[in-house]
Formats: sequence, C-alpha cells, structure tokens
Amino acid sequence: MVVQMKDTVEIRWHGRGGQGAKTAALLLADVAFKTGKYVQGFPEYGPERMGAPITAYNRISSSPITIHSNIYEPDYVVVVDESLLDSIDVTRGLKESGAVIINSERTREELLEHLHGYQGAVYTINAKQISLKALGKNYPNSPMLAAAVAVSNVMDKNEFLKEMKTSFQHKFAKKPEVIAGNMLALEMAFHEAS
Amino acid sequence: MAIRERLSGNEAVAYAIKQINPDVMPAFPITPSTEIPQYVAAYIANGEIDTEFIHVESEHSAMSATIGASAAGARALTATSSCGMALMWEELYVAASDRLPIVLALVNRALSGPININADHSDSMGARDSGWIQIYAESNQEVYDNFLQAYPIAEHEKVHLPVMVCQDGFITSHGVENILLVEDDRVKAFVGEYEPQHYLLHPTQRMAVGPYAVSNYYMETKRAQRQAMLEAKQVILDVAARFEEMTGRRYGFFEAYRMEDAACAIVLIGSAAGTCKAAVDHIRNTTGKKVGLIKIRVFRPFPEEELAQALAGVEAVAVLDRSEMFSGTSGPLGAEVRAAMYQARCKAEVVNYFYGLGGRDITVSDFEAVYDGLETLARTHEVTDMYRYIGLREA
Repeated sequence: MVVQMKDTVEIRWHGRGGQGAKTAALLLADVAFKTGKYVQGFPEYGPERMGAPITAYNRISSSPITIHSNIYEPDYVVVVDESLLDSIDVTRGLKESGAVIINSERTREELLEHLHGYQGAVYTINAKQISLKALGKNYPNSPMLAAAVAVSNVMDKNEFLKEMKTSFQHKFAKKPEVIAGNMLALEMAFHEAS
Repeated sequence: MAIRERLSGNEAVAYAIKQINPDVMPAFPITPSTEIPQYVAAYIANGEIDTEFIHVESEHSAMSATIGASAAGARALTATSSCGMALMWEELYVAASDRLPIVLALVNRALSGPININADHSDSMGARDSGWIQIYAESNQEVYDNFLQAYPIAEHEKVHLPVMVCQDGFITSHGVENILLVEDDRVKAFVGEYEPQHYLLHPTQRMAVGPYAVSNYYMETKRAQRQAMLEAKQVILDVAARFEEMTGRRYGFFEAYRMEDAACAIVLIGSAAGTCKAAVDHIRNTTGKKVGLIKIRVFRPFPEEELAQALAGVEAVAVLDRSEMFSGTSGPLGAEVRAAMYQARCKAEVVNYFYGLGGRDITVSDFEAVYDGLETLARTHEVTDMYRYIGLREA
C-alpha cells in the first residue's frame, strides 16, 4: 500500500524532452503555491535529451509535504505526447477514482485500447489544435496545464486564470503581445476539459 | 515576518548567497549543482551583488582559487557535485589544514562509474576525512537555513574550518517546494561581516599560508585541526540557537523525530528523512507501534555521545547508508553509529542498509518494511543479515 498524506493531490506528467512537461509541472506548483497551498514540483532526471520520454510530478496539499519519493499511485496522469502510449503504461498505479488526461486528436474511445484496461475517467484534449488556434504555434504544455487544473479541481478556475495571467505578465514582460494568446489557450483548454 | 516562497534547493542556496553577498566565487559547472553558480552569475550581472565571480577551467582550479581568495582575507565559496568534488580532492585537504573558513555548496551526486547524475552521498562521504565540517539537509528549507549558518560556524575564531553544506542532487536541488526566507537585513545581521585576524594581504602582519611542514611540525597541525573540530560542536549549537531566535526553526547535530518512547529507530542522512517521517506517522497512527527516526544533520564533527544517548532506550536500530565504502561490511554511517553505540554500551541490535545509490528511489512502503524487520529483530534478537539493501534487484 502506498501511504498518501491527507488532503494531498498527486499528479504524474508524461512527456518528451523539449515539450515542456517539466515546465508545466513547475508552473502548476507555482500557481498552486500562489493560492496558498503546499506544493512540490519535480522532474525525474536521467540522461535527458530532446524527444526522450520524461516524467515529472506534483504534490499539492493543504498541509506541509515531507515525502521525497516519486509518485507511484497518482490521482491524475497527464500525457503531453500520445506517442508515449505505445511504449509506456501511463495509467500504471493510477487511481480508478482519478483520471488520465491525454493530448490527442483522437477520441476517448480510440485511446482506450492503449490504456491497459484502466477503469477510471479518460479525458482527451486537442492541445495542438488549441495552441495553433490561440498562439499560431504548437506549445502543448499550457493547454495541458489548464486541462490538468480543470480535471483535478486543485484550484478554482478564476483563481487559476488570474495567477497565470500574473505569471505570463512577468514571464513575457518583453513580449506582451503573446499574453492574450496564452490566456486564450488556457481558457479554451479549460472549457474543453470541463 | 518571514517571506513565503517556493524555490528549488539550488535556487534557495543561490538566494542565500545573494543575501550574504560574499567576496569571491570561483566555480566550474557540473550537474546537478550548475544552477547555483549560474544564478549567482545572474545576480552579479544584474548588479544585485558585487561578488567577484572567477571563471576557472576545472574544479581543481575552482577550489584552488577559493583557497587563494580565502587566504588573502576574502569571504569565499564555491559549488560542486560528484566528480567535480573528486577533482578538488587535493585542495579539500589544503583548505582544511590551512584553516580557511570556506563554504562549499555541495549538491550530492553519485561518483562514476557507471557514470550517473543522480543523488547519493558517495562524493561527500569520500571526503569525510578531509577535515571539513559537513552539514546535511532534508529539504530546501533546511539547505537554505544551513547555508545561512555556515559562515558564522566556519569563521568563528575557535573553529576556522571549511564547511560543506550538502543537499541531495535533484531530489531537493531541482525539486520546487515551499520555503520561508529570512529578510535581507536580518540575514546580513545574522551572518555579519567577515573580519579575519590573520590573512595574506594584511599590510603589517606578514605570514605564510600552506608552507611545507617537516615531521617535527606536521602532527601538531593535525592535532590542532582535531581541536578545531571538537570546538566546532559548541559553536554549531550556539549558531543554531541564534538562528532559532531569529526564525523559530530549531537545529542541532541531528533531528530526533518521535524518538521520545521509540523502541525501533532508523538513522539516516538527507532528503529520505521526510519520506521516513511519513512512514513513522503512518505506523504510529495505524498500529500504535513505537517507531522513530534520527536524521543526522552534522556528520563532521560526528556527534558520537549525543547520538548514543538518543539511542540508549531503543531495542533495534537500522542505519541507512546512501553510499558504499566497500569495507565489505558496513557503510560509513553504519560504521560510525555502531561504534558510537558500542562505546556507550547501548543494548540495541543494529543492522545496516544500503539504499538510494545512484538515485534509486526509496518510498514510504520501503521504510515500513524496514520498521517491520526491526520489530522482529527487537523481539527475537536474531540478526540473520546484518548488511542489507533496499530496492535492489537480485537474481
């Protein structure tokens, strides 16, 4: 049995090096922190290179977190790159009461056969399409972050959007023209996942 | 009022460096400590601090330049990991025997080979005999707090020894967690200005640093280094007391977690302590079994008597080592804890585990299994396997 601290939500991210899964996990830790939570955001490091599978994690809690191990029985799994479904059992250990959120153009039904009989909720988000529409470029991590928040409900939508806007204003201080597009991507993904 | 933040362990150390604004930082990058000089270089480039950053071509030179700066009378530091520290080996001994109050931000990483970038303690444990004070951290908060306490310990007139502030590579160095920072002015007041009594660039008191010592002198210098280590114990406690006054956070040689009535105890170092605490809480809350944890913070000087006293009432102890020393028997912590307990005639049975080598993960369930084993050991007093592994694949 895996012991989980009370009131703690655990999230596992699967992506490929260069896609921003680690950044998304750190961003999620960031916004959750700003809403008053105790947070952890950490990547699992190996010989990383562009395109190699990577894993990142979040713990979000209303009480201090002391556990420093990886997460084996997450509440939620976010898959930033669906090509990983063929090589990695992304739902391994995932709680049936939780959900997996997959960046894909395919439908939920089409993806089920890759999920090793996972019985919990399955969400698909077309992050590429959202990103292309909102930003004109394929940056899947922002839409996936919004989808993770929408599905996991770790924080209120308005609070999330408000904090993300503040952090985009800081991050893109020298290119304010991209802030609106990023915010639109978050809104669209939130809507699609809700 | 403390400042509520969320930082990685590397960010936390860099922030502490920024708040202290030391004089000189020579550094050479190596995973997973690279971010520390990187952030400090950005602080310097942005004009936030006036530390002199020296770009060097190797870690051997990084520590050599740090020694030179410190001998000249500057407050100096560097950061490194793993093989980077191995390349400093010769200079580590020079820094300690020259009695230079250098601080080294060490991000613990396995040594090659096989080449591996993840956390274990083989780098710092290998340097345990070099004459450096070693302070370890469980969390980002602790590595920040330890760093703020490092210079007041190192520069104390009774100590004058270098201090290694250690944290676990990636686990804390790259993990973002909540942290409480101390305001700049309070940090400055706490750490103070460095005003060395003796230094190379002193205009009137000429001296030599690091000259040859014939047999007639060498042994006395080693005795003097040992005395400084002994004196460091009280200074470490005094600095911790002053730190507690400022922040409310208490530090000592080790943290005794739920040890007051413990029958079974784990002794370990570093970030795994937090995971172990969750196991202790879970076992106590669900079964009422009396389990506890001792997390070593100060490994050099080694708090032998204090540790034996903390383990005096315990029936079974598991000492967990995150590095090998290939004695064929114990790990470095296992050997020292066992020696301390023997000397104090502790009655507990002791077993030694190796875990987490090269970043192998350790979970709450792993700790629960160790406590299960200790419970059996306390009942039967039959030590069937004194040296064990956690999470090892065996054919």
